[in-house]
Amino acid sequence: MQDMMAIVEPLIPSLRRYARSLLRDQVSADDLVQDCLERVIGRWHQRRADGDARTWVFTILHNLAINRMRQTARRGVHVPVDDTSETAFATPPTQEDQLHHQAALTALAALPEDQRSVLLLIGVEDLSYAEAAAVLGVPLGTVMSRLSRARQRLAQLIEEGPARSATTGPGLRRVK
Amino acid sequence: MSRPISEDDLHAYVDGALSGARRADVEAYLERNPEVAEQYARFGRQRETLRAALGPIAAEPVPPQLNLAHLVAARRQSSWTAWRAAVAACLLLLVGGAGGWSLRSIGVEPGVGINALAQEASYAYAVFGQDKGRPVEINAADSTALVRWVENRLSRQISVPDLSQAGYRFMGGRVVATPNGAAGLLMYDDAQGARIAILMRPMMRDQNAPMAEHREGDVVGYAWADNGMGYSLVGGNSAASLLHPVADEARRQMRSRT
Repeated sequence: MQDMMAIVEPLIPSLRRYARSLLRDQVSADDLVQDCLERVIGRWHQRRADGDARTWVFTILHNLAINRMRQTARRGVHVPVDDTSETAFATPPTQEDQLHHQAALTALAALPEDQRSVLLLIGVEDLSYAEAAAVLGVPLGTVMSRLSRARQRLAQLIEEGPARSATTGPGLRRVK
Repeated sequence: MSRPISEDDLHAYVDGALSGARRADVEAYLERNPEVAEQYARFGRQRETLRAALGPIAAEPVPPQLNLAHLVAARRQSSWTAWRAAVAACLLLLVGGAGGWSLRSIGVEPGVGINALAQEASYAYAVFGQDKGRPVEINAADSTALVRWVENRLSRQISVPDLSQAGYRFMGGRVVATPNGAAGLLMYDDAQGARIAILMRPMMRDQNAPMAEHREGDVVGYAWADNGMGYSLVGGNSAASLLHPVADEARRQMRSRT
């Protein structure tokens, strides 16, 4: 358990960020990370000794997040993008880049989930392409094509501005 | 000449994932292709914007619910408690089964005396003393109903000792099953939440017995019998030295009231 603590503890901030970037809600994201950590503790002895622990932990979290998002979609609870992004992503309001960041996050939220995961794992969490492929359970070529599409789509959405991107998000529809 | 620059190389350039030599090739290529260079520079800025926007989340202090040491401890505790409860349940089954079997085959009485009572109290404490959700069936607030229930099942008068002088608050209790029929179980806890319990049932043998210490694993108890009722006051190992005077006090109060 000592080695588990030493390896997993430094990952927690990163896990929280990935979960919140996907779910866009702090409470459910932290719940998800807690689920993930409980599984990590329970299955630590089952992981492959030659495998990378960070990839393994991210795989558990990613699968939990996908399940959670599917359940939420099935229940028909749609979170309006522009209502949550400000509270879920606590960017300090004093920053000059505030609007710039907000536009990027709104555009990110409008990406399909598979493109968003690739962009976050590689661009934000610094996983290698091979590690991202392992977490997502897809071939390396799929990771590269998703990354390419994600970057082009994100650039397009940012240029179009928040007004359009907020309404074009897949599965995101405002519920009064 | 090196192999041609692919789209994958360009993304790897944006992500800083290229080796030195390949990186130089890509930089030379971008110098010759300003439009491509502009597109991938935009991807690079996009990447930096997302990192900057999401960075504060990772800089937040980790909330206590995600403290790894706590999660490990909670898991240990729950598996330990479940394991103990399972062992206690198996032992109860064994005692009941073995008792019944020996009665049937050899005609010998099952354990009925003060030692059997001591064991029953230890098992009951191992199960209910650890129970986080519902340690008692009836709360102290309804102690009249609790006393009526136990008296009905035991066909005896009972009383609930007040152990607050010793630092134990009455929580409530329940009727529990033993190989010798129903027994009453009264539960108490101290300011730190450490629990003790008193098990009581009518005695067929050892109707009067002096107080004696007993131990079953982590559970320590003091058992005695007065006028056909047997009692055992049980608690965790850590409180062992404190239990004897508490048991004396409980016996004194019950003698004066019944």
